[in-house]
Amino acid sequence: MFPRPIEQTSPTTQTLYKVALPAALILWLLPLIGVAITSLRPASDLAQGNYFGMPSYIAFENYRQLAFDSAIPRYMLNSLWVTIPTVIGAVALSCMTGFALAVYRFRSNLLVFFLFVAGNFVPFQILMVPVRDLTLSLGMYNTWYGLALFHIAFQTGFCTLFMRNFIKSLPFELIEAARVEGVSEIRIFWHVVMPLMRPAIAALAVLVFTFIWNDFFWATVLTTSAETQPITAGLSSLNGQWIAQWQLVSAGSIIAALPPVLMFFLMQKHFIAGLTLGAVK
Amino acid sequence: MSAYWKANQRRLAPWLFLAPGALMFLIYVLIPIAQSIWISFYDWDGMGEATWIGTANYVELVDDDAFYTSLKNNVIWLVLYMLALPVGLMIAIFLNQNVRGIRAYKSLFFFPFVISQVVVGLMFSWFYAPDFGLFYRLIEWATGTGIAVLADERFVTYGIIAAGLWPQIAYVMILYLTGLNNVAPDQVEAARLDGARGWRMLWYVILPQLKPATFIAVVVTVIGALRSFDLVSIMTDGGPYGSSRVLSFFMYEQALSEYGYRMGYGAAIAVVLFAIMMVFISGFIWKMWRDETER
Repeated sequence: MFPRPIEQTSPTTQTLYKVALPAALILWLLPLIGVAITSLRPASDLAQGNYFGMPSYIAFENYRQLAFDSAIPRYMLNSLWVTIPTVIGAVALSCMTGFALAVYRFRSNLLVFFLFVAGNFVPFQILMVPVRDLTLSLGMYNTWYGLALFHIAFQTGFCTLFMRNFIKSLPFELIEAARVEGVSEIRIFWHVVMPLMRPAIAALAVLVFTFIWNDFFWATVLTTSAETQPITAGLSSLNGQWIAQWQLVSAGSIIAALPPVLMFFLMQKHFIAGLTLGAVK
Repeated sequence: MSAYWKANQRRLAPWLFLAPGALMFLIYVLIPIAQSIWISFYDWDGMGEATWIGTANYVELVDDDAFYTSLKNNVIWLVLYMLALPVGLMIAIFLNQNVRGIRAYKSLFFFPFVISQVVVGLMFSWFYAPDFGLFYRLIEWATGTGIAVLADERFVTYGIIAAGLWPQIAYVMILYLTGLNNVAPDQVEAARLDGARGWRMLWYVILPQLKPATFIAVVVTVIGALRSFDLVSIMTDGGPYGSSRVLSFFMYEQALSEYGYRMGYGAAIAVVLFAIMMVFISGFIWKMWRDETER
């Protein structure tokens, strides 16, 4: 193990480590802690310049105001409407593409695979004008499905990379044995490979959820009104309206961050497996 | 039909499975790339008639000061983003222990990556805010005068990059933590018996074993640096006086904002950014291709 386990070091080092750990964490999360505290500060405190002292009381009213008196709940729902179909669509498509590229040998296999991989890395701006145009001409501009459809297509690149590598690591004998038994290819996909893909599906689902929930660029390009905008774009436009109302900006930020954070804590193992692209096991 | 399927299914099945995903990817990703390159030779407001103007957009770009500001900032982003690698590795080494509660520490350190860049941008805007921002106060306390980072042309890009590094370091850290978990313990022990310690151990024994993690870390950091849009848009909207623009933001500004709908000019900027990124993407693909065909 590297570095040397702390239990094997001198007692002074051990104590130092135990102090350094929380200290480093607080330093690391300082912007987050600051915003979390500000979100609970009453507006009157900020008006009087009390930014760092004790809040005069814990102002849950900031959150109440956002929940009942702003477009935030609407934006959150819009985000869900885009995110959930994207997760389902991208994972479903990439189960199939990943299977095709991992199991079959055909001449253009690697070429197709690397097109998916390369496409996944391109800058969004090179797609922006044509995708916006396409969405407009399909009559899907400023709708949740117009945005979700693009996300499904784009995320398929990353998901294919992940699924293909995952299926490649499964024992191929399983598939061969099924073929000897005369099982059709479609049944092999459904009954032999799919049941083994659960961890990969879980990993991709949480990752894609987070990516799409946090997407800002496409939300601003493909949606414009409060009825369809996801939370990221919504928060940005609210930020423009709430000039200097930092308690509201902070509370809005915390709310917007909550779903992916929950997702991460519930599915931590899968999340990390996904992020390392399955390459670092 | 079914007899034909039975005889040829091994040949047909891959295309059948590929079709839906590949079609979507073709329509929404691959074809738009070609279209963007095509549009970059036109003068087009996005609605009316487009006129072919040849390379005029590119000629204009070469004379545009805003383009050079963006390009310069992109280079700064790229160089400074690489700091995520050593810092992420350091934090990973710091956290790679088995004390009580370490799992919670690891996830809390990873936290910034899970949060949307919009939220990260807002958090750092608050952090830097003149008069009451935590960072502003710290600088004021240390030097006597505070600095309004986001309103100062000298510091604004660095301020935004610092915000971007926060989640990026977290990402690199998690890659290295998983990598460190897989370092062969017997090799470490053997090296220890040979007297290797500290930096020498890290350099000669650990880092070579972390190569796969380093590769992914470089890929995601380069892509992350060149994709930077959200933070610039949220924190400064390119300002002050356009000094914090990067190519991705400059493109959006030209093509789709209150400054006008210059789709052709925007597309030309996107093509330049695309060309820059293709240099890196080809490198990654080349390495992955080599790994694939070696096996």
